Amino acid sequence: MRLICPVCGERDRREFYYMGDAVALQRPEPDAGAAEWDDYVHLRENPAGVTRDLWQHEAGCAAWIVVRRNTVTHEVLESVLATDLKGASA
Amino acid sequence: MGLSCMIRKGVRPVVELLAKSPAEGLLPYAKGAVELSELALGKAASIAPFKGQLDAVEKALGQGFPKVGRTTGHVVWFSQGQYLAIAMDIPDALGKYAAITDQSDAWCALELKGAAAEDVLARLVPIDLRQSQFKRGHCARTQLGHMPLHITRTGNDAFRLLSFRSMAGTMVHEISRAMDLLAARR
Repeated sequence: MRLICPVCGERDRREFYYMGDAVALQRPEPDAGAAEWDDYVHLRENPAGVTRDLWQHEAGCAAWIVVRRNTVTHEVLESVLATDLKGASA
Repeated sequence: MGLSCMIRKGVRPVVELLAKSPAEGLLPYAKGAVELSELALGKAASIAPFKGQLDAVEKALGQGFPKVGRTTGHVVWFSQGQYLAIAMDIPDALGKYAAITDQSDAWCALELKGAAAEDVLARLVPIDLRQSQFKRGHCARTQLGHMPLHITRTGNDAFRLLSFRSMAGTMVHEISRAMDLLAARR
């Protein structure tokens, strides 16, 4: 599989570190309640299809990126710098 | 300890530290049409301009900075928002606009040169380094085997390879082994 780094371009998967579901950018408010925090910390979807993951271009430019990809076809659909998303408070 | 290794500093003698390059005693190494040797980088510093301060940094240094994966004069693109200034004097005043870190002895710098240099690197580096894609002055942050690597094409058949100093031995081993294996197939 090859991923697209918004800074460096298309690179081999081995250059990237996998962080998992891109939920880290949607941290609940401190007083959001136990159920919402339980969901944020522990519960993950496991879709056969399109996922949205957080990766780091560890062996490259060190950028954190949010990648939308299809787990069935290995197609990489979109890749955005996490800092850009954070700035847009997504 | 004999007195010969002591130097006088201030009022008392201290041990004189000997400079040792990262790949000292390991290189040069030549095989087939390729030669691997160590480069003396000299003074090197990473420059990471603060948010929105790239223009100010360029102005203070009196030179433009390169785009991603490119080189401008002595400045090479080094990482996201970070540049490496090689053999340049960095004025203290630049600290107002950028985070500056001395990298002089932190990296092992090697040069791989020769007609088959691309073929040797093709065994170790997972990016396309052919002349048509990776021209002189192009650089990239990638891997050499499992090691972090910063690579620059410095000539038609020459590359500058930077990896962490602590990995100098492995770096030399990996590249010289690839050189041997390539030569064995020819």
